[in-house]
Amino acid sequence: MNGEACLALDGVSKRFGSLSVLEDVSIAIRAGERCGIIGPNGAGKSTLFNIVAGELPCTRGSVRFLGRDVTRLSAHARARRGLARTFQTTTLFPRLTVIENIVLALQASSAERFAMLAPRGRYRARDEEARALLDRVGLTAHADSPVDALGYGDKRQIEILLALAQKPKLLLLDEPTAGLAPADVSLVTEMLERERGGVTMVLIEHDMGVVFDVVDRLIVLHHGRVVADGPLETIRGDAQVQEIYLGGKL
Amino acid sequence: MTARLRWIVVLAGLVIALLLPRLGVPTFYVSLLTQTWIFAIVAMSLDFLIGFTGLVNFSQAALFGVGAYAVAIGATRFHVTAFVPVVALGIVSAVVTAAIFGLVALRSEGVGFIIMTIALNEIVWGLAYQWVSVSGGDNGITGIVRPAVGPFDVSANTGYYYVCFAFFAFSLLLLMLIVRSPFGLVLKGVRETPRRMRALGYNVWLYRYLAMVISAAFAGLAGVLFAWYNQFVGPVALSLDQSTQILIMVILGGIGTLYGQLLGAFIVVFLSNELSAVTQRWEMVLGVVYFIVVMYAPGGLVVLVPRLWARLRGRRAAAEEP
Repeated sequence: MNGEACLALDGVSKRFGSLSVLEDVSIAIRAGERCGIIGPNGAGKSTLFNIVAGELPCTRGSVRFLGRDVTRLSAHARARRGLARTFQTTTLFPRLTVIENIVLALQASSAERFAMLAPRGRYRARDEEARALLDRVGLTAHADSPVDALGYGDKRQIEILLALAQKPKLLLLDEPTAGLAPADVSLVTEMLERERGGVTMVLIEHDMGVVFDVVDRLIVLHHGRVVADGPLETIRGDAQVQEIYLGGKL
Repeated sequence: MTARLRWIVVLAGLVIALLLPRLGVPTFYVSLLTQTWIFAIVAMSLDFLIGFTGLVNFSQAALFGVGAYAVAIGATRFHVTAFVPVVALGIVSAVVTAAIFGLVALRSEGVGFIIMTIALNEIVWGLAYQWVSVSGGDNGITGIVRPAVGPFDVSANTGYYYVCFAFFAFSLLLLMLIVRSPFGLVLKGVRETPRRMRALGYNVWLYRYLAMVISAAFAGLAGVLFAWYNQFVGPVALSLDQSTQILIMVILGGIGTLYGQLLGAFIVVFLSNELSAVTQRWEMVLGVVYFIVVMYAPGGLVVLVPRLWARLRGRRAAAEEP
């Protein structure tokens, strides 16, 4: 990448009518970095993700991904270039089986997705690949149940698994542990830990335990502005951050 | 139902379908069954969109009608009457129409899409109704003659029954193959959660568009068969009423089942013909049937079959207990 950042936002602003949600956000994330974004509710974190992923156009500024300007590219075109994301509210295919969910993620970049005159049974290798992935999170027993029938904790793991199945270069995780019981939180943390050294990661999270476990760099958003950005340890001790985000204690 | 039982049911259905015209069934009923095959094809084409892609398309009758008018106009103006060219002409006309419809209607989703397709259907109906020099207006176009299919003369009802049955069986198999393919899985993904599909890298618009075009090929085919069946085409064939009736067939039969559409088409065809001999208010009766199905079998009538079967088995097992 010749020193170019994996993801670079330059002066990104977003307004909804007269409401300004993001104000001149500039962030550069290097390949291999694991970056957390924190901030109070309404700080603009999810909007930022939606702009990076291409679901929302930004009002001003540009988004560069892997050295190319993707500001005007559609969400699916960015995904094809190696950008994957998970959603704050579980966004899976509820009536399809777990295997089918993962196969959809796996075949997204293969010509196979246009094959319409052969039953899926012909593509046994794809199913095996999906099963192997499922095995990594120990959910093989649920392979053929519809996702809808799974427990919430399992669904949250599948949510991440789908994004990993895309073999992304950049992974955006929008509150992966939202609403999880403590036992399931550690499952998700372990899952993300296992990817260390591989994929570049940006994580929105309210659970500070998860943030401290997973990321090495922290960005703090407040009222749509970046108020702090630096190594985890530095930000942790930043008085201003403690004031606005953590109410003074950490 | 076990796989073996399913095969037995399919084989029995096939044998009955093939033998029916030879069993002394009155011609009237043979022709109603022929209609059933035809409408089952167009109902399946709509089910492909609603049940597998999540697109509620109210312009299916327009595509069906365009196929039918293509036969009529081709025959009366351009002397295109041979079997294969006419089938191809009907299918291509419907596909081209859907390709244009898709560009317009797929700019919106959900309710917006439904309203766009209603408008598009009305436009095509308006053309058929008012462009008298081409379509014959309200009088429609008469004088369509069924061509021979290879060495077979199908001008009689029985022969034509087999043609329509063959096309129905072919369409059902082809559509079942498509929905079970990797492409079919993509369509189901689009139906379930378009947002996630985009995040996975799928061009949701493109898959919806392809589904509309594929669906139109079957609707157009049904239109061709319908034109030959009636040997007449009028604007009623592509009215919004017709679109609604196709939708009712899909809901009665069972959305997302494909083969259920045979039952849906059967009910609507037989009710409309049998009841209209008794009362002009037959649509009210259809409405009541529709209401009962939606209330008590929202998955469609076809899902009742395994449920009844299970209950029957349960009762038998209970009777055998000492």
